[in-house]
Amino acid sequence: MKVLIPSALRSYTERGETEASGATLGAALADLEHQYPGIRFRVVDEQDRIRRHIRIFVNGEQARDLAQPLNGTDEVIIVQALSGG
Amino acid sequence: MARKARKSAGRKQTSRRVLVLVATRKGAWLYHGDGARKSWRADGPHFLGHTISHLVLDPRDGRTLLAAAKTGHLGPTVFRSTDLGRTWKEAAQPPAFAKAPEGQTGRAVDHTFWLTPGRAADRDVWYAGTSPQGLFRSRDGGVTWEPFSIINDDPQFREWMGTVQDGTPDGPKLHSIIVDPRDGRHFYIAMSGGGVHESVDGGRTWKTLIQGLDVVEGFGFDASKPTFHDPHCIRMCPSNPDRLYQQNHCGIYRLDRPSDTWTRIGRTMPKQVGDIGFPLVVHPRDADTAWVFPMDGTQVWPRTSPDGKPAVYATRNGGKSWQRLGAGLPANQAWWTVKRQAMTADANDAVGLYFGTTSGELWMSRDEGRRWSCIARHLPEIYAVETAELA
Repeated sequence: MKVLIPSALRSYTERGETEASGATLGAALADLEHQYPGIRFRVVDEQDRIRRHIRIFVNGEQARDLAQPLNGTDEVIIVQALSGG
Repeated sequence: MARKARKSAGRKQTSRRVLVLVATRKGAWLYHGDGARKSWRADGPHFLGHTISHLVLDPRDGRTLLAAAKTGHLGPTVFRSTDLGRTWKEAAQPPAFAKAPEGQTGRAVDHTFWLTPGRAADRDVWYAGTSPQGLFRSRDGGVTWEPFSIINDDPQFREWMGTVQDGTPDGPKLHSIIVDPRDGRHFYIAMSGGGVHESVDGGRTWKTLIQGLDVVEGFGFDASKPTFHDPHCIRMCPSNPDRLYQQNHCGIYRLDRPSDTWTRIGRTMPKQVGDIGFPLVVHPRDADTAWVFPMDGTQVWPRTSPDGKPAVYATRNGGKSWQRLGAGLPANQAWWTVKRQAMTADANDAVGLYFGTTSGELWMSRDEGRRWSCIARHLPEIYAVETAELA
């Protein structure tokens, strides 16, 4: 599946779009971690919670947890919250 | 041979080159001093936009840097450089709490706050303190980290740590990780809030070390409970590891082991200045000398320089008396805050002192505080200042 990467994480992927595979969001993130070591912990904490300022959308719908099922045609978008200062 | 000896003696009289490591809310900077500590070359920003809580050079090899980092949106990590910051690599396994059992709510590290290198004999060992409070260790120079000791999951410690509401505004912190240079199993740690604790068995068991420390008055807080204690910064004297100094939310203290009772030495500070503050610095060779940077702790606790007149205060007699050291600093209308990690010393003779303000100014003194000069202005909010000596 296609995964869109926010600018803050492109130091890992070196591009804004990549591919990942997995039957769930958790599996897809594990695949991303395999490809780009370190990226998962910046997005998901050690309790497997999506971090406070990160949003993940699957086909435009916000995913709430890593159990979200995925299939190969889904589009996953990782977004950093527009907050800060 | 005689010529060699003369050359060596000549070098000793010259200051060793100092590197000042500045960690800020928006990145890190390295300032390279000349031999006289008069001119400084800025190297940075490193990690522009990342919050760097602490940047420390490994004194055991003089070239490995560790940076505790996060951005506002991403999870925390530790970056490591083995070439004085020319290149950086992320830790393969940053500090992280253990996964909670199913059905329980586990904690997540928000940021690594404090880094302490292990003893000279314990090569590649580092310790890290986090927010929320956690203690971690690396045994491979900062590449991988694991929870260290019982603290992170012990129910009693968890009670003393409290919740986010019990800590400092940007999160409760475990800090002041001190390893006894004579014994790698002997540790001190401090928690804001949660008190001061000591282990003599490598972190297997801990005992509280809060006797003699005051707690905030007027609310009926029980001073025997660690949860009410807020140590801001603890330092061990390099020249006498049995002497500790502490800047606390409620005053300045000294502890001479084996005693377990802290003595409030800040009572001898001028009344109009008080003994509230964040950092405390000890002299590298004289255990009677320490420096503090007082903050206004009256009424609503502005935590700015009292009366807008910043100054460092020094004791040369273990806290019996204090001397104001403000020459060169603004005379008035300077409402500075200096955080607990943002003041330090070098090991030269005379000792150089350094501090950074939350308004982004970096100051230093080449003569143990008698005269101050500004190294840099207009930096982001300064979180930590450390020094290192370069060969």
